[in-house]
Amino acid sequence: MTDRSAARAAERAPATGSVRRIRMPQKLRNLELGLLIVACVINAGAIVLVQLGALGRIDTQLVLLGAGLSALVFGLHIAMRFVARDADPFLLPVATVLNGLGIAMIYRIDIAYGDAGWDSAAVRQIVWSVIAIVAALATILLIRNHRTLFRYTYLSGLIAIVLLLLPLVPGLGQTRGGARVWVGIGDLVTFQPGEIAKIALAVFFAGYLVRNRDSLSMVGRTFLGMRFPRGRDLGPLLVVWALSMAVIVFQRDLGTALLYFGLFLVMLYVATSRLSWVVLGLSLFLAGAIIASQTLDYVNGRFQNWLNAFDPAVYDAQGGSFQLVQGLFGLANGGLIGTGLGQGRPDLTPVPQSDYIIASLGEELGLAGLFAILALYVLFVARGFRIGFAGQDDFGKLLGVGLSFVVALQVFIVVGGVTRVIPLTGLTTPFLAAGGSSLVANWIIVALLLRLSDTVRNHPRLVIDG
Amino acid sequence: MNRELKRVTIVSLLMFLTLFVASTVIQYVQADNLAADPRNARTLYQSYSVERGPILVGGDPIAFSEPSDDDYKFQRVYANGPLYAPVTGFIPVNGEATGLEGSLNAELSGTSESQFFDSLNRLISGQDPMGASVEVTIDPVAQQAAWDALGDYTGAIIVTQPSSGRVIAMVTKPTYDPNSLAVHNGEEVEQTYQNLVEDPGDPLFNRATGGDMNPPGSVFKLVMTAAALESGQYTPDSTFPNPAEFTLPETSSVVRNSSGGTCGSGSEVTLATALRLSCNIPFAELALELGDDAIRAQAEKFGFNSNFTIPNPTETSTYPANPDAPQTALSGFGQGDVRATPMQMAMVSAAIANGGIVMDPDLVESITAPDFRPIEEFDATQFGRAISESTARTMTEMMVNGVENGAASNARIDGVSVAGKTGTAENGEDDPYTLWFTGFAPADDPQYAITVLVEDGGGLGQEGFGNLIAAPLAKQVLEAVLNK
Repeated sequence: MTDRSAARAAERAPATGSVRRIRMPQKLRNLELGLLIVACVINAGAIVLVQLGALGRIDTQLVLLGAGLSALVFGLHIAMRFVARDADPFLLPVATVLNGLGIAMIYRIDIAYGDAGWDSAAVRQIVWSVIAIVAALATILLIRNHRTLFRYTYLSGLIAIVLLLLPLVPGLGQTRGGARVWVGIGDLVTFQPGEIAKIALAVFFAGYLVRNRDSLSMVGRTFLGMRFPRGRDLGPLLVVWALSMAVIVFQRDLGTALLYFGLFLVMLYVATSRLSWVVLGLSLFLAGAIIASQTLDYVNGRFQNWLNAFDPAVYDAQGGSFQLVQGLFGLANGGLIGTGLGQGRPDLTPVPQSDYIIASLGEELGLAGLFAILALYVLFVARGFRIGFAGQDDFGKLLGVGLSFVVALQVFIVVGGVTRVIPLTGLTTPFLAAGGSSLVANWIIVALLLRLSDTVRNHPRLVIDG
Repeated sequence: MNRELKRVTIVSLLMFLTLFVASTVIQYVQADNLAADPRNARTLYQSYSVERGPILVGGDPIAFSEPSDDDYKFQRVYANGPLYAPVTGFIPVNGEATGLEGSLNAELSGTSESQFFDSLNRLISGQDPMGASVEVTIDPVAQQAAWDALGDYTGAIIVTQPSSGRVIAMVTKPTYDPNSLAVHNGEEVEQTYQNLVEDPGDPLFNRATGGDMNPPGSVFKLVMTAAALESGQYTPDSTFPNPAEFTLPETSSVVRNSSGGTCGSGSEVTLATALRLSCNIPFAELALELGDDAIRAQAEKFGFNSNFTIPNPTETSTYPANPDAPQTALSGFGQGDVRATPMQMAMVSAAIANGGIVMDPDLVESITAPDFRPIEEFDATQFGRAISESTARTMTEMMVNGVENGAASNARIDGVSVAGKTGTAENGEDDPYTLWFTGFAPADDPQYAITVLVEDGGGLGQEGFGNLIAAPLAKQVLEAVLNK
């Protein structure tokens, strides 16, 4: 092994002129295999603990379904041994364990609700996981080089807009929990296209910014020690801002708007090095949010729930802080070490398996478990940022940063909402929450990050000209 | 680009750091506050779904949890519910727990801080969580005797151990069955509770430690006598003018002795005779001579105007803050704005029995973790010294005399010297009297202090009086506990 990879390194060194030592790819994959086994053991353990805690017996059916899912993940791992040998070894195990913990908790809520068979959200989540992992596999197999995506910059932008507008199409769009972000035919198959849109947006932003960064960053006048852009260069910022505001007004979805806008600002900043963009963007967004909170009842309600959660009037109001406060009670009930899986009462909080899954996990796994889950996200995001640092082409760097940051921001928005750091908005917790669209989108993000990390290690000195 | 990336990384880390801090604040710092929120159904479910520890009397459970097949996992059962209701209280599925169920909820449900490692241990070893057991100081024989003695009267009996403050018996009537409030049906509990609240007999009151507070009437003369003797200016032989009628200062209101005439014969009467025959006029005169500050100071040394938790919450017995002269005179025989619980009067008797030292009353003998590790043992604590030992001795003699030759004659027990004082307190002009007895026995070696309260004149309106109704009940209970 050592001889062979050393030989390979020697072979490449002259071609790229690099002094970087190439890591041994099979070692990375073996590490990944080891971590995957640990992840699957944790997942199986979680499901068994849920059954022991909530049912008092072991039901093999769901364990078997979980085992099938594990097999699929190992399939993905094997495929990577062939097509993405140098990919990051941590991303896949982290996504697997988060996905599995989510299924265990959703299953636990099913038991509390008495749902089984196709009514069971856990069974549906497993099916969606299969679809998501297959989508990830397809992504890895189809996109052999991420620069392919660069060519489809504007197509991605168009796809993102279409996906975003889809829920507003009469007959197709559906409103749930006040937000019009769903499409579907009846209740049968429903989808949140906005989740996929965030990937298309990241690709579009990366491609667009790499192409236009010079005009966005070089010219402008200096004010208060910052160089502000020219009026005519403000276009893209205004368009994305308008898009976010449209999401707030027409789709009544604060969280998604914040997510898209935050993603754009961060990528813009990384691409242009201009803090002034961030200042301008945040001012615009804050102004929009303040106007929205004054004029839109539902936005104002969210702020009231956040600021005066324990006020009896707010607590008892329709759409009031009941859910938020119940979530806090749940977390407090968990304490430091949690009640144990299957032994708390997460079912007392509304939507404990989707928007509030983090509170459910916090209740049953405690602060210790919540810290572990957050640490997994930190690891995931850190590995993504690593691509940004180590990447050699600006498109890849930007895309890696964008995709990682969108996961970080989404975790912050939803967990921050549950823990009352910011107003509560309806977003899914990546990988954990019940919901097919979110799972598919996040697994595609995993696939893209795996592909990017593989390219980074494969082409240590390749530079792309914008 | 990497400089910007570094900054974005820092921002992302800060976002996660915020989440770490926020979840720590909720799950650790604020956890107890959130758990205490009355809207938190989890706290209640949890206190039900752990095997709550039992409450024991003499090793036998009076409250325990047995497995049930519903949401709550365990059904709380109260053995002899009505008898022990003032001790145990109840824990409803949709409200606040009362009695020991409320005051020791953390221990009984296994969530107190001293049980943290125990619960952790049980969690790790896979055992079901379990609460601690609480042994109370109640003596089942005394409790049953007090219950039987009180019969159908509205009132309360409390027996304490003078040397330690242990509550040996605590009975209140009318009462309720805590089992009816422990059913796992919120609406049914609500209905039962509402019926109890609207019941004119107020069965939810614990008349031993609260309820609609009564004036102590003549039993307060013990506090007056203590104040007089402690002042150093009076002895039992000090004399007071002995008219048959006494006009309150600044008014035309007239005070009479309960006999209607003078207090014994003669134009003057001694303090000892006034206490023995329980005359009102000499004590009104004494109150005016001592002044309200001195009386209040003495009353507060006995525990008036202080709140006690045993650990159940109790009402505070009060001596008024700024009585005018007529009110001060009335307070001399426990009328006016003076209010006392039987527990407070038992503390007065117990202090006299205990050489002048007031002990804090307490219901809890011991708390034991599920692994039999003691969490808390009974520890007698002093509230303070109310009177000197010599005053205590003198007053014991005076009280023994009151039972043997005076107004408390119906508390006499053959072969045992009983110290006691009766009281017949007026409420409104036409309202029935409140009847009292407080005392202790044996007088030469005090084992038990007892206070009997009978409201509504014992059914006799203004015909009933302390010696007729309350004193025999005390005798009955003392006989039962002394012959045991």
